[in-house]
Amino acid sequence: MPTFLRTHLTALRMLLVMTVILGIAYPLLITGISQLAFPAKANGSVVKADGKEIGSSLLGQSFDLPKQNPDDPDEQAQPDPKWFQPRPSAGGYDPKSSGASNLGPNSDELLKAVEERRAAVAAFDGVDPASVPPDALTASGSGLDPQISVAYAEQQVKRVAEARGVPAERLEQLVAQYTDGRSLGFLGQPGVNVVLLNRAVADLK
Amino acid sequence: MSATLAGWLQAVALVGALALCYRPLGDYIARLLTTAKHLRAEKALYRLVGVDGDADQRWPVYLRSVLAFSALSVLFLYGLIRLQTHLLLSLGVPEMEAHQAWNTAISFTANTNWQSYSGESAMGHLVQMAGLAVQNFVSAAVGIAVVAALIRGFTRNRTDRVGNFWVDLTRISLRLLLPIAIVFALVLAANGVVQNFHGFHEVTTLTGGQQAVPGGPVASQEVIKLLGTNGGGFYNANSAHPFENPTGFTNLVEIFLILVIAFSLPRTFGRMVGDHRQGYAIVAVMGLFWVASAVLITFFEHQHGGTALQAAGAAMEGKEQRLGIAGSSLFAASTTLTSTGAVNSFHDSYTPFGGGLTIFNMMLGEIAPGGTGSGLYGMLILAIVAVFVAGLMVGRTPEYLGKKLGGREMKFASLYILTTPTIVLIGAGTAIALPGERAGMLNSGAHGFSEVLYAFTSAANNNGSAFGGITVNTAWYDTALGLAMVFGRFLPMVFVLALAGSLARQQPVPASAGTLPTHKPLFVGLLSGVVLIVVGLTYFPALALGPIAEGLH
Repeated sequence: MPTFLRTHLTALRMLLVMTVILGIAYPLLITGISQLAFPAKANGSVVKADGKEIGSSLLGQSFDLPKQNPDDPDEQAQPDPKWFQPRPSAGGYDPKSSGASNLGPNSDELLKAVEERRAAVAAFDGVDPASVPPDALTASGSGLDPQISVAYAEQQVKRVAEARGVPAERLEQLVAQYTDGRSLGFLGQPGVNVVLLNRAVADLK
Repeated sequence: MSATLAGWLQAVALVGALALCYRPLGDYIARLLTTAKHLRAEKALYRLVGVDGDADQRWPVYLRSVLAFSALSVLFLYGLIRLQTHLLLSLGVPEMEAHQAWNTAISFTANTNWQSYSGESAMGHLVQMAGLAVQNFVSAAVGIAVVAALIRGFTRNRTDRVGNFWVDLTRISLRLLLPIAIVFALVLAANGVVQNFHGFHEVTTLTGGQQAVPGGPVASQEVIKLLGTNGGGFYNANSAHPFENPTGFTNLVEIFLILVIAFSLPRTFGRMVGDHRQGYAIVAVMGLFWVASAVLITFFEHQHGGTALQAAGAAMEGKEQRLGIAGSSLFAASTTLTSTGAVNSFHDSYTPFGGGLTIFNMMLGEIAPGGTGSGLYGMLILAIVAVFVAGLMVGRTPEYLGKKLGGREMKFASLYILTTPTIVLIGAGTAIALPGERAGMLNSGAHGFSEVLYAFTSAANNNGSAFGGITVNTAWYDTALGLAMVFGRFLPMVFVLALAGSLARQQPVPASAGTLPTHKPLFVGLLSGVVLIVVGLTYFPALALGPIAEGLH
């Protein structure tokens, strides 16, 4: 057999062996151990309310009012005042299209979006536009960010309390309860998990 | 705790963890690359594959083995992607077009992981694990194998043998990458990274809407995507996706995985050449650039320059709340200074200078600390150039580690250095000259130019990250960037292996009073200067048109 062919046959056999070990056996092993040792995490940290699955504690979701006309793609969804609102999302919190806006730091489109969000959020929450925190004005990287800043959560307490007719102090307690600190005390940034917070809010009454 | 203090503590913890691994991991890799003993399982594997594990190869044979293995990997992956709709666990994804499948197959084989597709809608689980993740392992191993051959060029004398590629590949994949991957895949899965074979799982949200919770064998792929400095996300949002990177803790683990092998390889180098100080000098230069870049990017992101970011009050566009500015900037510096290209925040929305630095990091040739193996061979080539420059100053034939650097050696080093800039500048220039390709930019003006420049810099340096606004899923971009990845990966390997062969053949020259010591601070300074000057002069005009113009505007 010519050397040229022999080298390629060796390469092919090596690739197939590696595929079996690294591409089949290894992921099966990790899946097996993960499913036995920490199945809830390995299956997406799914959370339930009243026994029904309502999402994942790691994936944000939108809390909008139903559309007037569900078939109209041009109709902008309006935020529902009864819920704590998440950050803006480039993909509308659809896990089938995760991702960011990719708009540049000097983009006119991004500048316009930030200004519009500032005005809309300030009016919606009844606060001074200058006090709206940056995370309420910017889309996340994943489009699925489950968290908002503590400042943004606190800003929304009054509005949610009025819309639901529940005492603001009770909501403030819940915000504190669903605030995740930094991992190990120093890694990352504190935030409030909107999905878990809203689930607890829905249980009030 | 203040955000600033937390940011510094995070960096200190990371540097501490890397420093702890430097000796044991570097020594372990050196043993793997030098021992004559084979494990029993490896002997069986060599018999199955048809390899004589005890026979070393001449450099052209070593190179042919690298190229044959990579060519078959491209074909195999291409076939797997094109046929995936007929395979198990394809989750009903549509058939991928030929140009995109070709681009993807090259991308993963070349350790680039440039993605013109979006993971959750284009790839089934089987292709992800048996196709893409396998290349994440073996393409990383190929990089380390090539640098092993180069180091043997320094350590061996009067021989034409530089090692056995099949043995190097097997040992690195199964005895280095796999054990680390198993441990850290479980660490990630225990912290919320998913690991299952489900497709999308529909749930009814709190407001009564529908949401599809994704699944997949993510943890097992996530860990090797970082450890092997590959970077291809299971999902489109890559390491920004909460299922790939759920907490501040997993974020630090992921940055650690990106850096740990590349920062330990100088120890391997020092040990193999029999002088640990040589390794310390190389790692010092790598560390210098990495620290400077991480500090600068973090600084610029905190400043949040740019009209839109100023209006928002912080550079949080494209960044995750749980990771914050410091966790995102450290990741961005590490992923672009290695050949990783995974992202936990989107560089297109970074500040002009912060984003510009991510481009500059790649332009440095990804040597601080660089991709697995490729970072060290890139840095050693620059060390050779530095020694040569010093030799010119005093008018002596330069030598490095006892090997003379004559015309032949310098030709290979020069060709290595010229390859990537040529690809980047011709590619970006051509794309900008074509109206249809120019239209692929999302942003306008200088930032739009940066998107194109970033794409070719990323492809030619085998990074894989992007200023993601640019539309690259077109036949032209898939083809052009595919070519940039092939030539950017394999041409430099040709020159490195030729250099290895040429060094191994030499008789060593004893050090004399005129020999430049290559383990002292003077050499660290000289090498750092060469890195900056070689890169700065090559790319300065292009950088001036893009990020610098935008930042100074």
